[in-house]
Formats: sequence, C-alpha cells, structure tokens
Amino acid sequence: MRSARRWATRQAGLLETVFDLVDPILRALHPIWRGIGYKRLERPAAAIEALFKKPLFDCQMCGRCQIGASGMTCPMNCPKSMRNGPCGGVRPDGNCEIEPAMPCVWVEAWQGSQRMRGSERISALQPAADHSLTGTSSWLRHIREGREAAERNA
Amino acid sequence: MSDPGASYPILPGHTSGGRLERVLRSGRFAVTAELNPPDSADPEDTYERALVLSRVCDAINATDASGANCHMSSVGICALLTRAGYSSVMQISCRDRNRIAIQGDVLGAAAMGVSNILCLTGDGVEAGDQPGAKAVFDLDAISLLETIRGMRDDSRFLSGRTITSPPRVLLGAAANPFAPPFDFRPLRLAKKVAAGAQFVQTQYCYDVARLKDYMVAVRDLGLVERCYVLVGVGPLASARAARWIGANVPGVHIPESTIARLEGAADQKDEGKRICVELIQEIREIPGIAGVHVMAYRQEHLVSDIILESGVLEKRLPGHTEDNQAEELS
Repeated sequence: MRSARRWATRQAGLLETVFDLVDPILRALHPIWRGIGYKRLERPAAAIEALFKKPLFDCQMCGRCQIGASGMTCPMNCPKSMRNGPCGGVRPDGNCEIEPAMPCVWVEAWQGSQRMRGSERISALQPAADHSLTGTSSWLRHIREGREAAERNA
Repeated sequence: MSDPGASYPILPGHTSGGRLERVLRSGRFAVTAELNPPDSADPEDTYERALVLSRVCDAINATDASGANCHMSSVGICALLTRAGYSSVMQISCRDRNRIAIQGDVLGAAAMGVSNILCLTGDGVEAGDQPGAKAVFDLDAISLLETIRGMRDDSRFLSGRTITSPPRVLLGAAANPFAPPFDFRPLRLAKKVAAGAQFVQTQYCYDVARLKDYMVAVRDLGLVERCYVLVGVGPLASARAARWIGANVPGVHIPESTIARLEGAADQKDEGKRICVELIQEIREIPGIAGVHVMAYRQEHLVSDIILESGVLEKRLPGHTEDNQAEELS
C-alpha cells in the first residue's frame, strides 16, 4: 500500500490532470445524478470511491477529500490527523514523530504539491474534519455542492 | 481592581486586556517563560515556580501535558496564576480533548482572566508516560486557531451558536523552523497567521543560522508585520541532557557543535547557561524577532539570571510595582 501511496505522490501532476478532465464530466452529469437521487447514489458511490482511493492513497474515507490541496497525499494517514501541514515533531530524516519508520505524510504532501500546477493550494486553510461524514462519498458531495453553488449564483 | 485575575482595559485596536499584547504592540522585546507544572495538588508548588519566573517575564506559559506527560492541567495552573495576578499564556493541545471540551475551556479560561492562548496540535501520546492513552486530535492547531478566533471575533461557537460575551484573548501558536520540510515551514507559519495567530513561540533554537534563513522567508512573506515571533530558548544542563533531549523530545534538534562545547567545559551547567545567554543576544539582533520564550525544564531558578545577563529587558522589570508597569505600558 505504501508503495502505491508513494507512486501517487510522485505522479501528483498526472493525477491532477486526470482529475481536471473527469471532474467537469461528472459535474455535467448532474441532471442524471439528481434524477436517480443523490441519497440513493450515496452507498454505491462511496463503494466505488473507496475502490479507487483506498489502494492508491490509503484513503481513510473522511468524506471531505482534500488531496488536491495536499500533494495527492491523504492527510488522514497522519497519526495526528493534521489537515493543514506538518507538526513540529518531524524527524531530521523527514520521518514521522509517532511512526519512525513512516515518512511524514506532510513531507510527502509538500513534495507532491510542488509537482502540481496548483502548487499553491497547499496554502489554503482546511477546516476541521467533520466526523459525521466519515465513510461517505466526497466525490458525490463535491459534485452536488458544486452544482448547487453554481445554480445559486446563476 | 478587586479581582486580581481581571485584565487591563482593552486599548483601541487590541484584542485582549493582557500585559503581553501591550508589550508586544509597544515594540519592546518581550520575554515569556514556561512553567513546568507540578505533579502535585498543592498550589504552593505552582506559586513557587511562578514567583521565580514572574520577575523577568511578561507572561508565564502554562503547558498542557507537554510531551504527553501527565501533570497539573493548564486550566488549573492558569486558575492559580490569574488568582495571584500573574499574566499567563494558556496552552491548549488538541491531543487530549475534542472541540466541545476545548471551546468550553476557552470560555472558562477567559472568565478567569486568561488573556493569552497558545494553540498547539500536541505531541503524540507515544512520547509520554501513558502511551496506552487514546489520542484525540479532533482539531489541529490551525482549525483550533480558527475556532477560537471565531469565538472571539464573531461571538460564535464552531457550530454557529451565539456566545453572549466573547473571550477577549490574544491568540498564539507554535512554530518549528528546525524540522523538515524546511521550505514549507514559512508557508506553514503563513497559514497559522491566516487562521488567527497573532504571536508564535518557536521550538528550542540552538541553530541560529537555520533561524536566520527561516526569518528571511518569513519577512519576505510579510508575516512579521502581522505576527510577533518569539524564539524558544533554554539552558542545557549537560552534554548528556542535550543528547537525551535531542533523541527523546519531538522536534528538538541540538547541533553536535553545541554538545561538543558543553562536553569540553569544566562546569557544564554553567556553560549551558552561558550558551543560552549568547543565543538570546544573537537572536535579538535578527530583524523581525519580537522576543524570546524561555523553556528551562526543571531549571526555572536560572531564568531570571539568564534574562538579566542577556540584557534584553533593558530597564524593564516586568514583575515589579504597579507604577513601573503603568509607565512602561502607557
């Protein structure tokens, strides 16, 4: 798993491109999703999302994905669940304070972010995780909220 | 004032009625120090330690189970300090409490007269004396800063519910310029400032060259105009203690040259003190540094000597008469 995680961070630029291509398509299909019903889609969407993201990112299904702002590295793998950058305990070799054999999630996030066109996104403030969303599909939420916001502004 | 914990009147543009904010905003070189909380329920054990620090400090930090070791709580220490009229910085770690407990503590602390709060993520439980504890980490330092800023500026809990009288506090955070990823550290500080940090206290500095590089980037980002940087310093008791700290305290890096200097000294304790004085004097010369934060683990009695020898207070005597305070803070 960890080697897949490292691959994802190294290919952060490629994954960003894939996301940028797929995202507008999924958004455009909003009428279909609405027709089926977002509530009914929740479980299958979460299952499909987990199928992709668990092997690739060791995704923890926090329900509010922010890997685009953390170099395609899942911050929920940080033993302190830090969503805004590294703690002060990072070891001189760049490994985790709590798990000395594991590279710091945020050291890798920083490296990944520097391979992305949106490298400045790592500076955006991320709110605290909402634990009531754990296990739900962040993709579905992203599409729905994005469309709803666009409709409100229209 | 009948209540010794009551703060000063809040000046225009200030967010707290605390002494620390007044000193920092006046441009004076500020001094804060860490109080090592006792493993005791006797208030005198806290007062003894506070007394030796208060002579030379603008505020005393009450640590929140630092290193994940259990001691008297930061809320408890602050209750005692404010009762005796000391200016305190209450540290809050995200390791042991969730957002519900923390927001309640913030209101309680402000009601007792705490004017300064330091927001920390906290060391992992593995570092402390009770590694079997459940780590909480519901918030991180940055979401904690945003939470308390919202309580203070918008009079709202994180949930949006209204607070009738908001906590008037100066918000602080920690920074560690001495741990990787070094390029990210200044941006990480920028995030903390964006989240509400008005001052930061850094991890122990023994590597001034690294600090200077960090401060160049911090100044370039325009952060020193928005956030006061207090650099962490502390006397090393011996070369052996230095090695132990480097190996066991998360995020502290002590260069070999410092350890070698201690080893070569006839009186290692005295040399540790001298190194600390020299560090403070060197740090003071770096543009954009607003003060020092002294962490003298089990050596509180050395703090006033170190600060007075360093000369950073000039003619100030923080812990003395009311007249002296009124004059310097006007």
